[in-house]
Amino acid sequence: MQLKKLAPRRLWILAGYAAAAAALFSAPLFVGDFRLNLLAKFLAFAIVALGLDLIWGYTGILSLGHGIFFGLGAYAMAMYLKLEASGGKPPDFMGWSGLKELPLFWRPFESFGFAVAAGIAIPAVLALVLGYFTFRNRIRGVYFTILTQALVIITTTLLIGQQAYTGGTNGITGYSALLGFSLGSPDTKRALYWITAAALISIFVLCRFLTGSRFGKVLRAIRDGENRVRFIGYDPAIYQMVAFTISAAIAGIAGMLFVLHVGIISPSMLGIVPSIEMVLWVAIGGRGTLIGAALGAILMNWAKSEFSTAYPEGWTLFMGLLFVLVVVFMPKGVAGLAGQLNWRKKRREPRHEGVRNPAV
Amino acid sequence: MKESAILQCDDVTVEFDGFKAVRGMSLQLLKGELRFLIGPNGAGKTTMLDVICGKVRPSSGKVTFGGKVDITRKKEHQIAELGIGRKFQAPSIFPSMTVEENLEIAMRQKRGVFATLFAKTRGEDRDRIGGQLQMIGLPDKASWRAGGLSHGEKQWLEIGMLLLQEPEVLLLDEPVAGMTDKETDKTGELLREIARQRSVVVVEHDMAFVRSFASKVTVMHEGRLLKEGSMDEVQADDRVAEVYLGKRRDADVSRSTA
Repeated sequence: MQLKKLAPRRLWILAGYAAAAAALFSAPLFVGDFRLNLLAKFLAFAIVALGLDLIWGYTGILSLGHGIFFGLGAYAMAMYLKLEASGGKPPDFMGWSGLKELPLFWRPFESFGFAVAAGIAIPAVLALVLGYFTFRNRIRGVYFTILTQALVIITTTLLIGQQAYTGGTNGITGYSALLGFSLGSPDTKRALYWITAAALISIFVLCRFLTGSRFGKVLRAIRDGENRVRFIGYDPAIYQMVAFTISAAIAGIAGMLFVLHVGIISPSMLGIVPSIEMVLWVAIGGRGTLIGAALGAILMNWAKSEFSTAYPEGWTLFMGLLFVLVVVFMPKGVAGLAGQLNWRKKRREPRHEGVRNPAV
Repeated sequence: MKESAILQCDDVTVEFDGFKAVRGMSLQLLKGELRFLIGPNGAGKTTMLDVICGKVRPSSGKVTFGGKVDITRKKEHQIAELGIGRKFQAPSIFPSMTVEENLEIAMRQKRGVFATLFAKTRGEDRDRIGGQLQMIGLPDKASWRAGGLSHGEKQWLEIGMLLLQEPEVLLLDEPVAGMTDKETDKTGELLREIARQRSVVVVEHDMAFVRSFASKVTVMHEGRLLKEGSMDEVQADDRVAEVYLGKRRDADVSRSTA
C-alpha cells in the first residue's frame, strides 16, 4: 500500500535525476573550456561529499580527515602522471633533493592500472586500519573526530618532510599526458569531464543502493542509538568500519579525478582546512541526503569561485555570511529546504525530538 | 531441575571501582518462567540485568545460558544473537526512523554486513511486522517517525522490537515506569502475552503491577538475594518490609515506587 502511494512521487524523483544527469552530460555544449574545467573540479568535490555523507550524515560519525583520503587518491594519480611525463626517470624534484634513482615504492606507479587501484585501495586500507582500532574500542564522537585530525597532521607532516619522495610543500605537478592523451588538449579535458560526471553518477547510484538497503537502515540506527543496535544483535563496529572504508575509497576516487583536472596536488590541498571545508559542503547541502551533499559541494565551490573573482578583497566575508545564513535558517541544509516548507504544514513535531538520543 | 533452567547465574559479583554493586547473587530462571526482580534503590537489580546481557562484566561468578554456554565473556551483540533480549528503562528506539523500519531492523535475521546489504523484505516478513504492529497497537502509525510517538508508545515499540528479535529470554527494566494507568494495563496484557512463549525477567517498582501477576518474585537488597517466593510470601517477610520501609509494615509497600 505504502509503495503504491509513493509511486507517482518516485516517478517524479526519477525524472528529476534523469534531467540532472542529462544536464551534467550536455554541459560541455553550453559551457566554455575554462568553466567546464572548474565544473569538473566541483564534480570531483561532489564525489567526496557523497562519501562523507555516508559516514557522517547516515552513520553519525564526523570525520575531519577526509582530506587525507582524498589526497592519497590524488597522490597516487599524480605519481603515475609524473612518471608518464618524465618517461619513467626520477622526476625533477627528486633530483633537486639529490635522489638519483627512482625509489622502489614509486616504480609500480608507472602502470596506470596500478595507480588507479592504489588510489582506491590505499585510502580504503588506511580507513579500515584506523576504523579497526577506534570503532572496536568504542572510540567515537569527538574523540574519533580528533583522531582524524591527528591523522591529517601526521600525513601532511610526512608529505612535507619527505621532500625527496613526495615533492614536499610544492607537491607534485608538471604533468603532460594521460595514457598518451595530452592533458592540455580541450578534447582530453572534455573526455575527462564526462568521465568525472559518469563517476559522480555511478557513485551516487551506489550510495543510493547502500543507504536504501537494510544495511543503510542499520547505519542510520547506529546514528540514532549505537547501544540499542548492539543489543539487537548487530556488531556496530563492523558496520562503522565498512561505512568508513567505503567513504574513504570514494574520497580516493575523487582525489584521482581532481588531479586530472587541476594538474597539481600538494599538502595544502589535503590539510586541515580542506578537510573541514568538505564537511561544510555536506552540512550546507544537507547532511543525510545524498543529493544535498552533492549539491552542497557544487554550490559552495561555485559560490567561492564567483565571489572570489567578483570581490577579490572581501569574498571570504561573503562566504562567512553564507555559512551563517544557512546554519541559522536552514538547519537541514539546502536539500532540507523543500521538506522544511512542507513539513511545517503537515505535522508539527515536538521540537526537542529527533536530536535527542534516548539510547542508553 | 537443572536441565530446564534456561538461565543460571551463580555467585555473581560486580564491582565498580571498589564498590560492590552485586555480591554473590545467584538466580535461576526456568524455561517459560515470568520472574519479577524487586528491591529498593541501589539493590543491584539493573546491574544484574546488565550482567546477563553483557553490558557489565562481573568480577566473579558465572552466567550460563541454555544449560551450557557461559556468556560472561561474550560481547553484547553475541549474547543478543544467542537469544537474550534487553529492554532498558528509558525507551530506546531509533527516533529518526519510522516505526516500521525500527521493527524491520530488529526482526530476527542474519546480522552480517553482506546479509543486510542484499536483504529483501519478503511477504512473510511484512506479515510478521504487520502482526507485531497489531500486537503493540501501532498499525496506524507504521510510517510515523518513531521519535514522534508518545512515551508509552515508544515503550511498546521497543517491546515489539524485542519480540521480533525472538529471544528466548527477555530482560525488561521497569516497563511501566512513567506510564498512565491505562498504559500500564495495556503493558500488563502485552507482558502476559509475551510470557506465554518466553522466559522473562522484569525489574519493577510498581508493586500493584507485580501483584497482578501470580509469579515468583525475587527480592534483592544491597547486591544480595534477600527473599524468593510468591508475592504473598515475600510481603509477609519481615526483612523485606524492613529494607523497604524501615520498621513500618507492608500496607505501604504497594505505594512504594521509589
